[in-house]
Amino acid sequence: MRRLLHFMRDYRKESILGPLFKLLEASFELFVPLVVADIIDVGIANRDSGYVLGRGGILILLGLIGLASSITAQYFAAKAAVGCSTQMRKALFEHLNSFSYKELDTIGTSTLITRITSDINQVQTGVNLVLRLFLRSPFIVFGAMVMAFTIDVKCALIFLGVIPILFAVVFGIMGITIPVYRKVQGQLDRVLLHVRENLSGVRVVRAFNRQQDEKETFHRDSSTLMKTQLFVGKISALLNPLTYAVINGAVILLVWTGGKQVDGGILTQGQVVALVNYMSQILVELIKLANLIVNVTRSLACLSRIDSVFDQEPGMEEGTCGDSGLAGTVPCVEFRDVSMTYQEGAEAALEHVSFQAWPGETIGVIGGTGSGKSTLVNLIPRFYDASEGSVLVDGVDVRDYTFQGLRQRVGVVPQKAVLFSGTIRDNLRWGKKDASDEEILEALKTAQGLEIVEKKEKGLDEEILQGGRNLSGGQRQRLTIARALVRDPEILILDDSASALDFATDARLRKALREKKKSAAVFLVSQRAATVRQADKIIVLDDGEVAGIGSHEELYRSCEVYREICLSQASAEEEKAHEA
Amino acid sequence: MKHKSTLKRVLHYIAGYRIYLAASLLFAVLTVALTLYAPVLTGDAVDYMIGEGRVDFGALTTLLIRLGVVIGATSLFQWLMNLCNNHMTYKVVMDVRTEAFDHMQDLPLSYIDSHPQGDIVSRLIADIDQFSDGLLMGFTQLFTGVMTILGTLLFMLSVNVWITLVVVCVTPVSFIVASFIAKSTYKMFRLQSETRGELTGLIDEMVGNQKVVKAFGYEEEAVSRFDGINKRLEKHSLRAIFFSSITNPATRFVNSLVYAGVGVAGAFAVIRGGLSVGQLSCFLSYANQYTKPFNEISGVVTELQNAMTCAARVFEFIDEKPMTPDVENGPRIEKAEGRVDLSDVAFSYTKDRELIRDLSLHVEPGQRIAIVGPTGCGKSTLINLLMRFYDVDEGRIAVDGQDIRELTRKNLREQYGMVLQETWLKSATVRENIAYGKPDATEEEIIEAAKASYAHSFIRRLPKGYDTVLSEDGGSLSQGQKQLLCIARVMLCLPPMLILDEATSSIDTRTELKIQDAFAKMMEGRTSFIVAHRLSTIKEADRILVMRDGQIIEQGTHESLLEKNGFYAELYNSQWAV
Repeated sequence: MRRLLHFMRDYRKESILGPLFKLLEASFELFVPLVVADIIDVGIANRDSGYVLGRGGILILLGLIGLASSITAQYFAAKAAVGCSTQMRKALFEHLNSFSYKELDTIGTSTLITRITSDINQVQTGVNLVLRLFLRSPFIVFGAMVMAFTIDVKCALIFLGVIPILFAVVFGIMGITIPVYRKVQGQLDRVLLHVRENLSGVRVVRAFNRQQDEKETFHRDSSTLMKTQLFVGKISALLNPLTYAVINGAVILLVWTGGKQVDGGILTQGQVVALVNYMSQILVELIKLANLIVNVTRSLACLSRIDSVFDQEPGMEEGTCGDSGLAGTVPCVEFRDVSMTYQEGAEAALEHVSFQAWPGETIGVIGGTGSGKSTLVNLIPRFYDASEGSVLVDGVDVRDYTFQGLRQRVGVVPQKAVLFSGTIRDNLRWGKKDASDEEILEALKTAQGLEIVEKKEKGLDEEILQGGRNLSGGQRQRLTIARALVRDPEILILDDSASALDFATDARLRKALREKKKSAAVFLVSQRAATVRQADKIIVLDDGEVAGIGSHEELYRSCEVYREICLSQASAEEEKAHEA
Repeated sequence: MKHKSTLKRVLHYIAGYRIYLAASLLFAVLTVALTLYAPVLTGDAVDYMIGEGRVDFGALTTLLIRLGVVIGATSLFQWLMNLCNNHMTYKVVMDVRTEAFDHMQDLPLSYIDSHPQGDIVSRLIADIDQFSDGLLMGFTQLFTGVMTILGTLLFMLSVNVWITLVVVCVTPVSFIVASFIAKSTYKMFRLQSETRGELTGLIDEMVGNQKVVKAFGYEEEAVSRFDGINKRLEKHSLRAIFFSSITNPATRFVNSLVYAGVGVAGAFAVIRGGLSVGQLSCFLSYANQYTKPFNEISGVVTELQNAMTCAARVFEFIDEKPMTPDVENGPRIEKAEGRVDLSDVAFSYTKDRELIRDLSLHVEPGQRIAIVGPTGCGKSTLINLLMRFYDVDEGRIAVDGQDIRELTRKNLREQYGMVLQETWLKSATVRENIAYGKPDATEEEIIEAAKASYAHSFIRRLPKGYDTVLSEDGGSLSQGQKQLLCIARVMLCLPPMLILDEATSSIDTRTELKIQDAFAKMMEGRTSFIVAHRLSTIKEADRILVMRDGQIIEQGTHESLLEKNGFYAELYNSQWAV
C-alpha cells in the first residue's frame, strides 16, 4: 500500500481532484429530489407554470454541472491510475533486471510475468475505481440519509434502520459467496490443467488407450465445477431480490409514517415523494459499492503480490573493477576450493573444486545428470555466487568486477537455445552491439551456421519469430553458439550446447573452435565422452565432487568414474582400438 | 449470418433445458409486471395523503398491504428466475465443454500437432467461460430489459400519452450517445490492447529468458525498449480509459434530461388536472427505470456478441473433422507375434513437402530395430505411422500380416509400449502415473515395475513415496527421474512390441548402463523399435536402419554397416573424430 502511494506521488493533484469532483457531482445529484418536491409542493400547489419551468431548468442545470464535474473527475482518475501503473510497471521491470539467477530461480519467471502484466493492470483498474467511486457511493448513501433528516427526523429514522440492514444483506451474501467463488476458480483451474495435460500428453494418452478414462475424469471435474457454480449461484442470486425487498419494505414504512406526518401537517405530499426518491438512490449506490468492494479486494490481492516482488532484494552486489590488467599473465579462470549450495540446508551442488584454466586451453567438463557441471560454469560469469572459496577471472575475484566488466569477457552458450524476435543480425548482435556483417558471418562460419543464413532468402535480415519457432533445434543451437562467438570472448562456455547437433556437425564445430579460438579458454560441458575427449584438461564431476582432472588418457587410466562413462558410451574394444 | 447459425446451435443446446427456459420467461414476465406495478401503488398511496388532516388511512392500509404482497412476490419470482437462468447456463456450458473435450480426444493428431496448444486451451477454457458469462447475462438481463421497456411504455401510455412521448423521444439520445462513444473508443481500445500485447511480448521474452539477458548484459537495452513501449501504452491507455468512461456521465445526463422533462411535463399535466401527484411520482420512478434497461441492454448486446464469437470459436473446434472411425467388427489381434511390414509407404505432413516415399521394411518377430539418422530425417514420423497417430498416404503397414487400418486403434496400440523423448506425466500420484497403462495393477506389480526401471529408490525418498502427488508435468522431478517413471509405466504393461524414442537421453550414462539391462530383459522376444543418438544403444540392435530425408538409405548390423563405409560409418566415425 505504501509503495502504491509512492507511485501516486507524482499524481497527487489528480488523486485529490478526481474524488473531489466526484463528490461535487454526487452533491448535485442529491439536490434533485428536493427540486422535484418543490415542483410538487410549490409549482403544482400554486399552479405556477413559470415556477415549474424554472425548476425544470434547475434540474437540467444540475445535470449539466454534474456532467462537467463528472467528466473532469473521470479524467483525473484515469490519468492518476494509468500514470501510476505505468511508473509501477517500469520500476518493477527495472527491479527484475537487478535480480540474480538465484532470485529468478526462487520466484520463477512465469510468476514474474503475471505480476508485471495482469496484476499491474488489475491494480490500475482498482485505483481508477477507487478514485471514481470510493468516496461517491458512501457519500450518496449517507448524504441521502442526511437529506432525509433535513426533511423530517421521524421518517429519517427509517433510513437509519434500513441502511445497516442493507449493508448486512449485501456484505453477508458477499462474505458467503467470495470464498465459494475462490473454490470455483480452483475447480476451473483443474479443468484447465486437465485440458492442457491432455494436449501435451496426447501421444501417451492414446498410446495407452486412456481416452475414455480421461473423458470420464473430465466429465467428473466439469460436473463438480457446475455443481459448485450452481450452489454459489443460488446464494448470489438472492442479492437483488433481497435488497429489493428490504428497500421496498422501507418504502412501505416510509409511506405509512409519511402519511401520518402529512396528516399531522408536518410534511407535504412532495416531501414524501422526495423521501421515497432518496430511498431508491440508496439502493442503486449500495449495489455499486458492493461491486466496487469486490474489485478493490481483487486489486489489493494483486498489489500485495506485486509488493512481494518489490520486497525481494537483489542478492548480489556489483564490484567496481572493470579490467584487472593482468590478462595473459595469470590463469583466465581459477577456482580456489569452491563450494556451492543453492539453498541453505540443501545438499552442496559443488564441493571443494580447484583448478586453473589458461588462455588457449580447452577444458572439458563431464559427469552425470545433476553432478554439478552447469553449476561449475555458471560460477564463472557470476550467475551465482560461490558459497565458499573464490572464483577468479584474470587474477581478480569475480565479486570485485562490475557485471559489465566481467560478463563482456565471457561468451556463454546456454543449454537451452534461446533466440529473440528480431532479425538474425539483431540476435547475433547481442554478443556485440556494433558487430559488422563480416564479424557476424565469421562467427557463423565457426559455429557451422553459415548454411542457415545462406539458405534464407533474406540472409541476415531473416526475421526470427519469438522463441525461434521458425528454426529447428539444431539451427537455433548453432545461432546461439555464433552469438557467443561474435563478441570474441576470452572465455567461451558451451554448456551442453551441441546436444541437438548430429555427430558430424558436432565434430566439425569442435574442430573449428580449436582452430579459431586459439587465445581463448573454452569450456565444453557435456555428457558425451566423445565431445570432451580432445580437451586439454577434463574435469570429471561426480555428485558435485571432482572425481578427477586430467587428459583423456590419464583419466581413462586412473579415474574410475570417467572410465565408466566412456565405457557406457562405447564398447571396451572400440575404446582400446581408438586409443591405439 | 455467422452469428445466426451460431445462435441456432446455442438454441439447440438450450433446447434440452426448455422447461427451465419456459419457467425463466414466465418468472421474468411476472417479475417485470410486478416491478412496474409497485410504483403505481406507491403513487396511489401518495394520492391518499393530500394534506393536513386529509389522509385516508383506511385506503392507505389496504394499499400498503397489497404493496407488501407485490414486493414479496417480486422478490420471490426474481430469485426463481435467477435460479432457472443459472441452471440453464451452467448446464449448457458444461455440455458444450464436455463435448469439446470429448471431441478433442477424437481429433486426429495432425490437428493437435499443427495448432498451438494455447489456442486450443483458450477455446476450451477462456472462450467457454466468456460464453457462459454472456449467456447468463443475456438470460437475466435481456428478457427483463426488453420487457421492462415494453411494460413501462404500456403503463405510461395507459396513464398519460404526452408525458410518455417526452420519455420516448429523449431516451434514445442516451442510446445514441452510448453507442457513439463505444464506436469512437473502439479504435483506442484496439490500440491499447495492441500496445499491451507488444509489451507483454517483450516482457515474455526478456523476463522469460532473463538468464540470457544477464549473460549478454542486455539489461539496459531491455529497459530502454520497455520504457518506449510502456510510455506509448500510457498514452493509449489514458485515452481509451478516459473516453470510454465518459459513457456513464453522458447517459446519466440524458437520464436527468428525461427526468426533468417528465417532471415539468408531468407538473403541467397535474396543473391542468389530467394527472394526480401520485401518478407523477410514479412517472418519475418510471423515467428512472425506463432509461436503465436501455443502458443495460447495450451492455448485454456487446456481451452477447462477444459470447457468440466465443461460441463460434468453440463450435469451430467441435466441427473439426475427427479421425477416420475404426472399422467395426474388423479383425482383432489378441497378442501380436510382432511381425511388422511396411510396404511402399508414402507420407507427408503437408501436401507440398513430401517426407517419406517408397518406404518398405520387413521386421521379424522379436527383432530389435534401431533407427538412426540426422535430425528431421523422419525417425519420429516413422513412429507416428507405426502407432497410427497418423495414417499413411500410400502403401500399407501391417502387424502380423494385418493392415493396421483394419484394426481398431485401441487394439493396435495395446500391442505397443512406448517411451518418448518428451517425458509426459500426469498431475497425479506417482502410483497412478506408473499404473497409467494398467489402472488395475496391484501394489506389488507397481513396485516391481519401479524396481525394474531403477525408479524405486528415488520414489522411496520422495516425501510421500508412491503417494507423492506430482504437479503438472512432473513438477520438481528431474528430467532423468521423469524418464525413469515413463519407463516404469511401460514396464508394467509389457506389451508385445516396444517403441523407444531417445528413451534414455536425459539419464546419465551410468544409470543408463543399469537400465540397459532392464531394457534388454524387456526387449527379449519383443519386436522393438529404438530411436537413439547413442551409438552404444544402437550397436546391440539386430538391424540398424539409417534414415535420411525420409528414406532408409542403409540397413544392416553395426559391423556390416561399418564395413560398407557409407553414411552410417561417417556418422559413427564423426563421434570419435579428431
